Amino acid sequence: MRRGPWLWAAALAVYAFLYLPLVIVIVYSFNDSRLNAEWVGFTWHWYEVLLHDEDMLLAAGNSLFIALVSSSIATVLGTMAGIAMQRYNLRLLSFMVLTPVAMPEVLLGVSLLLFFIQVLNLTLGMISIILAHITFSIGFVAVIVRARLAGMDDSIFEAARDLGATPWQTFRHVTFPLILPGVVAGWLMAFTLSIDDFVITFFTAGVGVSTLPLRIYSMIKIAVTPEVNAVSTILMLLTLTMILLATRFAPDVLKGKA
Amino acid sequence: MALLEIRNVTRRFGDFVAVDNVSLNIEAGEFFTLLGPSGCGKTTILRMIAGFDLPDAGQIFLDGRDLADTPPEKRPLHTVFQSYALFPHMSVAQNIAFPLKMARRPQAEAQKMLHEVLEQVHLADKADAYPHELSGGQKQRVALARGLVNRPRLLLLDEPLGALDAKLREEMQIELINLQKDVGVTFVFVTHAQVEALALSHRIAVMEAGRVAQVDEPSKLYGFPQSRFVADFIGHINMLQAQVVESAHGHTRLAIAGLGEVIASLHSGVTAGAKCTFAIRPEQVRIGTHGEVSELKNHFPGTVHNFLYRGDVTVYKVQMENGLLIEALLPNAAPGRAELYEVGDAVRVGWRHDAGVLLHE
Ligand SMILES: Nc1ncnc2c1ncn2[C@@H]1O[C@H](COP(=O)(O)OP(=O)(O)OP(=O)(O)O)[C@@H](O)[C@H]1O
Ligand SMILES: [Mg+2]
Repeated sequence: MRRGPWLWAAALAVYAFLYLPLVIVIVYSFNDSRLNAEWVGFTWHWYEVLLHDEDMLLAAGNSLFIALVSSSIATVLGTMAGIAMQRYNLRLLSFMVLTPVAMPEVLLGVSLLLFFIQVLNLTLGMISIILAHITFSIGFVAVIVRARLAGMDDSIFEAARDLGATPWQTFRHVTFPLILPGVVAGWLMAFTLSIDDFVITFFTAGVGVSTLPLRIYSMIKIAVTPEVNAVSTILMLLTLTMILLATRFAPDVLKGKA
Repeated sequence: MALLEIRNVTRRFGDFVAVDNVSLNIEAGEFFTLLGPSGCGKTTILRMIAGFDLPDAGQIFLDGRDLADTPPEKRPLHTVFQSYALFPHMSVAQNIAFPLKMARRPQAEAQKMLHEVLEQVHLADKADAYPHELSGGQKQRVALARGLVNRPRLLLLDEPLGALDAKLREEMQIELINLQKDVGVTFVFVTHAQVEALALSHRIAVMEAGRVAQVDEPSKLYGFPQSRFVADFIGHINMLQAQVVESAHGHTRLAIAGLGEVIASLHSGVTAGAKCTFAIRPEQVRIGTHGEVSELKNHFPGTVHNFLYRGDVTVYKVQMENGLLIEALLPNAAPGRAELYEVGDAVRVGWRHDAGVLLHE
């Protein structure tokens, strides 16, 4: 089939629509002007400002810590869930793991908030944010790990047992090496989701703790300063790198994923 | 004492009885085959021996020891899966060495065993290749080597040749026979291909719907099937409804409706008047002109109904006067071979007085 010029034009328009706003943010983060209105000249100034913004650094530190801890825990739990989903072919289990993935974030945020306060009697803060992030990342990890297992011949796990491996040795020598790319991809996804998350974090953060997205939000309530552009650019780069890495580890998984 | 004893084993899936009160004794050094149509429970039996599945009733003994509480990894037997089940992230050498590693064999000994088995299956030059770089036949040999390397008491093979093309299959059959002879490991082989079973096995258990129909050596099974099912499942056979006229004086005389009287070898335990089935293999049936078959005790007129030229032999279906079709096999032993008959030719079919078997229902 011949691809007409219209198709090209449409595709270009879509990409422009998607990426133009991002490009603008990046460009203006280097703009030597307090106002965003027009291009004045190139500067690293706003990045220097960032480096001396105590609140921003604290928020960034929190974000990294939360992302690291929540994605690691979610990876362990999600991997187990993914293996269980594949092994026992449990409809209900896959449904339950996937629900948080598809659930509107606001809803998840509100219900987690109520759960933490009313059921767990938890003071909102670092712990509640981490728990919340684990909740919504597990599903992603599980889906990626499961997709990795789904393409495999089940009999290799029986073969390992048959050849003298205990269930643990089977996991260590056969299952884990085979799902490792999926596990890494899942971890990267979970990390990205955590560091970018605003809505759920907003509900579960309480007053004491801030994260990068929360901090950016509170800044733009006043004005979109070039400093916001700068921090957004950094966040964007980090996310992009993570996603690119994840795609490298599990190319087939992320392409077809919802 | 048998190496492996399966005693009254039953396995149900819901209401469905997949394995129904099966008892088998398998001797050390034997090439034993489970043969039966798809779904008759062969794999289920193998899985219970390997420990992936447990019987609902009955026991399985290895060297006289009940295996019920032994997990798969503790059973001194290995399985060759139909899908090969090679570990995709390990090289050929790593795949084969896996059971040695699990058994914690000392390094030097493991190396020696690995190289020995690599030689045996002609894969020494492929030691560093990965499974996806191998052909079907090579994968098959890796799976075999991996199953044999740690010298199991028993090797279970579930349709290991099923995925190979006909030519390779025949080659592998010969290799399997030689390999089993060399290593002396007892084989329990599963297949639904009767030719394969006959060619490979010391003994065969024919299964029908979860039950063992007959256990015998290949030639006995082929020559003396004990039921219509076995007779029909193994090879081709003509089955004729018959009634016993007399069983005495060293032979049994049968009346076959529309055909006449047939003389068969003496079958004890049949009484005059009993209904039975007379079964005779196509290659035991001769076809020819009157002069060519008249020295045989049994011969009858008919016309050629159709024939299939198969290269080595021609298979004729001859219609008898009562409408019955009898299959006869004529070897095409060129150049002096018997003439080819055409459809509609009047011929005679005949067989020796000691050919064929009597089957009771
Ligand atoms: N886990 C299971 N759950 C339900 N039914 C099963 C299960 N495993 C096997 N069966 C049934 O038991 C019967 C025997 O299965 P089995 O796999 O032993 O057959 P088989 O003789 O190996 O056949 P094939 O030659 O096709 O491999 C089949 O009808 C199958 O559907
Ligand atoms: Mg089977």
